[in-house]
Amino acid sequence: MGDKADVWQGTLALMVLKTLETLGPLHGYGIARRIEQTSGDLLSLNYGTLYPALLKLEQEGAIASEWGVSENNRRAKFYKLTRAGVRQLEREARDWEQTTAILARFLSSKGEIA
Amino acid sequence: MKRLRAWIVRIAGLVPRQQREQGFADEIDSHLEMHVEEKMRAGMTREQARREAILRLGGVESTKQAYRERGTVPFFADLVQDLRFAVRQLGKNRGFAATAIAMLALGLCANLAIFAFVDAALIKPLPYWDSARLVSLFESNALGSRYHLSYPDYADWKSRNKVFQSMDVYEIDDGLTLTTSTGTQKAQGARVSGGFFHTLGVKPVLGRDFREGEDAASAPRTVMLSYAAWQSRYGGRADVLGETVTLDGAPNTIVGVLPADFHFSPAEPAEFWATLHPAAGTLNCRKCHSLYGIARLKDGVSVQQALAEMTSISQQLERQYPDSNRSRSATVVPLAEVIVGDVRPILLVLLGGAGLLLLIVCVNVSSLLLVRSESRRRETAIRSALGASRTRLMRQFVTEGMVLVVAGSVVGVACAYEAMRLLTRLIPVEMMDGMPYLRGLGLNAHVLLFAVVISLFVGVLFSLTPVLRLPGAGMREGLAEGGRGSAGTIWRRFGANLVVVELAIAVVLLVSAGLLGKSFYRLLHMDTGLQPDHLAMMRIGVDRNRYALGVDRNGYAKDEQLIALERQIVERIGSLPGVRSVGITNGLPVGDGDGIMQFQVEGRLQLREHNEANARRVSPGYFTTLQARLVRGRYFMEGEDASKPPVVIINRTMAAQYFAGEDAIGKRINVGGPPAMEVVGIVDDIREGPLDMAMRPAMYSPFSQGPDNDFAVVVRTSQEEGSVLKDISGTIHEIDRGIFTYGEVTMSDRINDSPAAYMHRSSAWLVGGFAGMALLLGVVGLYGVIAYSVSQRTREIGVRMALGAQRSTVYQLILKEAGWLAGVGIVAGLMCSVATGALMRRLLFNVRAWDVPTLAAVAAVLGVAAMVASYLPARRAASVNPVEALRAE
Repeated sequence: MGDKADVWQGTLALMVLKTLETLGPLHGYGIARRIEQTSGDLLSLNYGTLYPALLKLEQEGAIASEWGVSENNRRAKFYKLTRAGVRQLEREARDWEQTTAILARFLSSKGEIA
Repeated sequence: MKRLRAWIVRIAGLVPRQQREQGFADEIDSHLEMHVEEKMRAGMTREQARREAILRLGGVESTKQAYRERGTVPFFADLVQDLRFAVRQLGKNRGFAATAIAMLALGLCANLAIFAFVDAALIKPLPYWDSARLVSLFESNALGSRYHLSYPDYADWKSRNKVFQSMDVYEIDDGLTLTTSTGTQKAQGARVSGGFFHTLGVKPVLGRDFREGEDAASAPRTVMLSYAAWQSRYGGRADVLGETVTLDGAPNTIVGVLPADFHFSPAEPAEFWATLHPAAGTLNCRKCHSLYGIARLKDGVSVQQALAEMTSISQQLERQYPDSNRSRSATVVPLAEVIVGDVRPILLVLLGGAGLLLLIVCVNVSSLLLVRSESRRRETAIRSALGASRTRLMRQFVTEGMVLVVAGSVVGVACAYEAMRLLTRLIPVEMMDGMPYLRGLGLNAHVLLFAVVISLFVGVLFSLTPVLRLPGAGMREGLAEGGRGSAGTIWRRFGANLVVVELAIAVVLLVSAGLLGKSFYRLLHMDTGLQPDHLAMMRIGVDRNRYALGVDRNGYAKDEQLIALERQIVERIGSLPGVRSVGITNGLPVGDGDGIMQFQVEGRLQLREHNEANARRVSPGYFTTLQARLVRGRYFMEGEDASKPPVVIINRTMAAQYFAGEDAIGKRINVGGPPAMEVVGIVDDIREGPLDMAMRPAMYSPFSQGPDNDFAVVVRTSQEEGSVLKDISGTIHEIDRGIFTYGEVTMSDRINDSPAAYMHRSSAWLVGGFAGMALLLGVVGLYGVIAYSVSQRTREIGVRMALGAQRSTVYQLILKEAGWLAGVGIVAGLMCSVATGALMRRLLFNVRAWDVPTLAAVAAVLGVAAMVASYLPARRAASVNPVEALRAE
């Protein structure tokens, strides 16, 4: 797994929020799988780290959880985005895009003086 | 905002909930199951799939731990856990917990209670504006440094000095006659110059302050009420201003009310603060001393500079008026010194005593903790083997120490609250009047802060003690069963030495208590020059106006009336059943030592120094009633009045001081002016002043050659002396209903309750109490050390006995250890006590700091107590059964 990137601190929350926005209510395992798939299996996600992150988001009020039944008829805890979560996602996505845009420009400047 | 929300949820998560744990366990289960199913669909076996799933999760338990930590606040969660554990531990060792908490509470209680007094008297600022710049002014003379000023001296001091912003005087009047619609009564008051309250920086709560010039002889009389008098006599009415109150027969207009927190202990409990209005006689009389001064220093002027300036002014006055001001100089001391100076040494000694007691308590509880941590070596070793870090173990011990300290502090503060109430209630009312600053005493912010500081200090100490014992690398040894070899080495090196400190402190406290107790005994049993049993007395006040009808107010012409009254009183009371003899004096023995007159010995050139002596007017029966001892000459005779040549009896001190090497009898003494009085007798010293003050010259002259309208009747009884007091006042009121009687007391009570006796008694009792507790704790500490040592050495003793040691050898072994500790403790303690004794010599009376009998007695008491404490464990050691001892463990 040496060529797979570890998940950066703080980006996991954003990925969780985006996943929930795209797919609607989902359980922890589903979220983990989805993140891995979306990254084209380039990300190595330690599933264990997902749960404290989910708990943190829940404590902050960005997501809410509820026990339900999975597609395979299994009891699972489902997480869904709250309205505060939607706002948080918008804000963080915007910040992230800005940061990457700056970095991208920076990295492509090749030493010219702007 | 969302952070805050998260924190609130996490803090709420501190309350452990089974449900949450279970919920997460279910969630992990369902996660694993989903993962396993998916892998199995991909072709893995169930075992392979499960292993893969757990691997990807990163471990079930560590995931749960991470989740748990995010769910609460780990620091507090641990704290809650430690607290629960600590409380459970203490609950299991009830004896240990109760002992430690009780000792802590005791130490804290003693310290807080004494500190509350220290705070009220020495720390809390006086209720005056910028009180650090206030000084008190006295005149010093041959007898001492704190005597009254005369009015002209005051006026000169005030006008000539350049060091004070302002200077004022007051005069205490504890026999003020208050005339109301219902009759007349005595009240306490003070007369002050106009700027008195301005100098103190006190503003009235109602009405106004005195104005400059309102104290002039000709100005209309004005008065301010104390807050207490305003409440009790006028019901706190706001319209009291402008009303008139009749004091000493003259109407005074009420102009203001002083604040509730105002006090001025030299004049307390003064109800009426009137303006001075010096009488015509005193305005220019430099020999009439009745005033005390206060002043506010100018900015940047020190007390020393002020003293230097005032001394030079008094020297000018001495040159200017050699007749009246010879040897009179100025005394300038900070006002606080006058107000709380008396109690400072005793309070500091008490605080020191309480502090030492706390130290013993700390040592004792630390020893207990140390012993406990010894017996918990295995527990800590197992914990660290299971992965507890050193800091984590330390936190556990700190929490346990803190639980003890908090419990002890809570109990201690509660006890201190009760102790303060008890101690203040034990102070007699008259003493309390002299210490008004103690009135608001209680658990205030200062005291609580002090409690917190002590608790923190003790808490740190108790947390560190077991940490010292934390195994570093020696985890394996700790796990080894028994751990006999090394167990207790640290204890023996460190813990055992603590008991030496403890015993030394106990010696210091016991010696201090012994010295104070001995001082108190000497004080009460000193020779007062009179026989105090079966002696009762009562003061009598005669209304000046009634007995000065139509005559000069200074009272020369009313002498016959007063003499007739005195004769009648002596005669009528003398015939009461149970009364053996009656005497009259205008100044009772064992008083404040005031009532000073200047005199010259006739035929001598004026002596270099100024001559002053206590002057008393007494009846012929006075000395025989007191059962004073006549050294030479004779007592006064009946009918020795103004028609006969003036005579005087002097005391032994005066004879020795002024007539050394010659016969005083027949010499003539001049007081004020001619005619000179002939010395007809020398009486052995009768203590006129406080018990602990050096003897002073005194002269007694016949009441009938210069009567006073304020005097006392002294009665020698054949029955219980207190029982005749009622009859005496009844008889006096039969003679004249308009006479006041007050201050009824027996001589034994007067001596016992005098301020000097009270101060010595309270310090002796309190330090004695501390010493008793210290003795108990010290001996218990020694017992604990020896008993623990015996329990640690049971195997060793068994081996020794198996090898043929006699029981007496075992006794010796243990007693030698105890004797050595006790011996070192006692010797160190005795050396410290001598130093301590020297520090508190101001409180000692006729006892030296190195009083050998006290030191020897304390050493003996502690030695015996120590031997008893070590005998019990020694007996247990000697009765060890070698077979059992070797088999044990």
